[in-house]
Amino acid sequence: MVTTSTRAADTTADARSAHEGDGGGQPTRASSSSDGVGPSRGRRRPAAWWGLTPFALWVLAFLIVPCLLALGTGFVDGDGAPTLDNLAALGDPLIVRAFASSAAVSAVTAVAGAVVGAVVCWGLTSLRPDGAVRSAIDAASSVLAQFGGVMLAFAFIATIGIQGVVTRLLIDVAGVDLYADGVWFYQVPGLLLPYLYFQVPLMVITFMPAVSGLRPQWSEAVATLGGTRWQHLVRVVVPVLAPAFVGSLLLLFANAFSSYATAAALISQGAQIVPLQIRAALISETVLGRENVAGALALGMVVVMAVLMTGYSLLQRRTERWQR
Amino acid sequence: MSARTTGAPRSTTAGGAGTVARRTALVVVGALFAVPIAAMVAFSLRSADGTGHDLNHWLAIVDPENERMYRNLVEGVTNSLLLAVVSALLVLVLLVPAMVLVHLRHPRLVRPLEFVCLVPITVPAIVLVVGLAPVYSVVSRVAGSGAWTLALAYGVTVLPYAYRAVQSDLAATDLRTLTEAARTLGSSWPRTMALVVVPSLRRGLLAAAFITVAVVLGEFTIASLLNRVNLQTALVQVSRSDPYAAVILALISLAFAFVLLLVIGRVGALGAARPIPTRKALS
Amino acid sequence: MTATLPRPSLTSPTGVGAGAAVAFHDVTKQFAGHRALTGLDLELQPGELVAVLGPSGCGKTTALRSLAGLEDVTSGRITIDGRDVVGVPTHRRDVGMVFQAYSLFPHLTVRQNVEFGLRMRRVDKAARATRAGEMLDLVGLGDLGERYAHQLSGGQQQRVALARALVTRPRVLLLDEPLSALDAKVRVQLRDEIRRIQRELSITTLFVTHDQEEALAVADRVAVMRAGSIEQVGTPEELYSAPATAFVAEFVGTSNRVSGEVIGTLVRLAGCPEVPVVGTPDEGPVWAYVRPEDVSFVEQGGLAGVVESVSFLGAVCRTRVRVDRETLLVLDHRADERREPGVPVRVSFTPARVAVTTRAS
Repeated sequence: MVTTSTRAADTTADARSAHEGDGGGQPTRASSSSDGVGPSRGRRRPAAWWGLTPFALWVLAFLIVPCLLALGTGFVDGDGAPTLDNLAALGDPLIVRAFASSAAVSAVTAVAGAVVGAVVCWGLTSLRPDGAVRSAIDAASSVLAQFGGVMLAFAFIATIGIQGVVTRLLIDVAGVDLYADGVWFYQVPGLLLPYLYFQVPLMVITFMPAVSGLRPQWSEAVATLGGTRWQHLVRVVVPVLAPAFVGSLLLLFANAFSSYATAAALISQGAQIVPLQIRAALISETVLGRENVAGALALGMVVVMAVLMTGYSLLQRRTERWQR
Repeated sequence: MSARTTGAPRSTTAGGAGTVARRTALVVVGALFAVPIAAMVAFSLRSADGTGHDLNHWLAIVDPENERMYRNLVEGVTNSLLLAVVSALLVLVLLVPAMVLVHLRHPRLVRPLEFVCLVPITVPAIVLVVGLAPVYSVVSRVAGSGAWTLALAYGVTVLPYAYRAVQSDLAATDLRTLTEAARTLGSSWPRTMALVVVPSLRRGLLAAAFITVAVVLGEFTIASLLNRVNLQTALVQVSRSDPYAAVILALISLAFAFVLLLVIGRVGALGAARPIPTRKALS
Repeated sequence: MTATLPRPSLTSPTGVGAGAAVAFHDVTKQFAGHRALTGLDLELQPGELVAVLGPSGCGKTTALRSLAGLEDVTSGRITIDGRDVVGVPTHRRDVGMVFQAYSLFPHLTVRQNVEFGLRMRRVDKAARATRAGEMLDLVGLGDLGERYAHQLSGGQQQRVALARALVTRPRVLLLDEPLSALDAKVRVQLRDEIRRIQRELSITTLFVTHDQEEALAVADRVAVMRAGSIEQVGTPEELYSAPATAFVAEFVGTSNRVSGEVIGTLVRLAGCPEVPVVGTPDEGPVWAYVRPEDVSFVEQGGLAGVVESVSFLGAVCRTRVRVDRETLLVLDHRADERREPGVPVRVSFTPARVAVTTRAS
């Protein structure tokens, strides 16, 4: 997703820096200076700082500092003194269960989303890459993958909520009451279908480049070497796509794990998954010092995310290497 | 490449199963995905007694009698639109010059910049908001507690996607050569930026702007946990009293996003060959 | 990359039997919208390397892919050792193919790539390893077995592709522009090695290329294709000195097209002594094709002209002389005969014999 083209930029950047040195410390050169600015070294600073300083300040204030705060508040108590109590609170069975639920929901929707998404990618190979249908599907995927979490919740309330269209249809037509054994829709199980709705498009977007990168020469080479289509599938397609598949799977897992809006919209009370636990910790007015528990929870989440994203980027690197 | 001049696409990839099977798979999944949208439409057209269909719910939204109920919604919509514009501007004015500068003049900063722009992926909004709360209490004291200040945080959350959008354009365009050519032809830096850099990066800039707008309009987490009103928080509030209105507005937003996408696509920002970075959904 | 490769003995297991006889019989291939092959007839003798040469779109790749089974034919027969293979799926045709690029499996090592065909034929592990090792030695990559494709240069990748295609001892080897994606120097080196290996293994080979120098250097016979059918088949020498059509004359090497007249078995060229003509054309006005090395500067007689440009090509100097508004002659000569641009000169034609095509006068 995000690591691909930066690698290309990186190699050229390295080549360039070997050629011209860093920005500020280069001695003046009469000609052939590749930035074209006039000879005085002093003139280079203002332009550079103009562009970088505002960005740096902005990122510092609204990204770096909040990150540090988010991760750090877990280690202090309500008065600011360092403590490990908040981390210990993570061992609370309720919170452990929340992590487990989060992991379960994420795993189920990631696997289901990955499989369905892979099927869609397979289906997309039958279309002309520059045709109208393909463009429409690409557009639809982009839109659905960015469908706001709250609106997604409404969509599914309208579909399989208690008064939802499909719910009623099932009762009227097939006599099947989805909620005969209880209303699961406004609990954690109710998250599964909405999450799938954005997991599949995300999978399509992330996995499709790898599928498109399957070269026709490989299937032809397998044929000339005496292999059947099945052998091509098993010995070439599956191994080549495996890293991309698993990488996308990890991404989907991370995506579901960190989602908040849909859960917040559907589950108005309770904290069955980690993001909702953070909500409870932040807005709780009854228990003082709970914000720091939020910090501990945040730390826990970040650890999980960091592991996932590292795995993802390692697998991406391998995928790209093979796409060259 | 061995010149294959045929017109039909050769689908020689996985399994080699027939085109029919693939197309069927697409149709089936497409139909499944259309169900919630169709359900939203049907739901919104449901009549008050639950048996027939009419446009009452749609009309209720524009009915001036219900204006009080929807006041919060109007505030939310206005705030979100404002936030979208401000966030997009922030991204274009702060991120892009930094990226261009690093690309052209400080290549050793590419890695750190890339790392910084990837942090919001590992640190999702729900985590970030824990640390944003204290920052925003300071911001509120300085600049008031209007919703527009959220743009500063929103710009940060879209950094990975905006960065990726501009970066893929940057890598594809040989900006260094273009700017050197402009400079040797006598153009000053500001003019070069305006006349050479921005037009060359048009695609990436547009994609970044679009993603920012899409993300901001759909953002809920930060606004809700920092007690600001935006489109999504207003929608949640409306849904508690009138679920139909909420569904209708969700439909409208979806249509709007789709149209926006098509328009931007026409302008050339989203070609099939250049996959845009998309935001993992929600939060 | 060092030039010499170890030479395996011809009786080693890597030696394949004599190649198969291949023939295209009146093969036609119709795509929606255009016809890629029109009544193609071509025979390859066992062990022969035939190069199919032609511009883009002439159908040469289609012909090769039809032989491989990667394209169906609309009509006609393709026989390998007399047996018609039209309709036989590719994986049963027992052909070896080298693609232009990107054909190595990225997730397998070089050795595993080479062993792939053996694996398909269920050869046991030990035998696979031995044969793959020998084939890698044959192509000069014996110690790169554990590398991956992306770690190799273009030339090395094509060597692996060649080893992979040959290890299963196919009856026919197909090369689809294997050198086109490589640097010039590597191209020359590799084509010589391909030729050497092909000769050693006596494998019938079809080599498709758009580079006429490559075709002439490598092949036993060359077939020049154009718009779906063959214009001429012959040895490189035949094609060069006795082109059958204007297209061949101009596609293979450089030609000066000069007007002339056939009288008996000679042709009279403008302002030059009569020259023997190739074949037995009808008498009358013709276009004659004279190679640049058969045009020379003379002190008197011949045609008068002015030197327009001079290019130093290393082995020869190539001078362009403008004789009149429509005629620009190209001469190849030694560097010490160099004339500068703008100098008036006289040129004459001195070929041993010359090929002609009829000219509407």
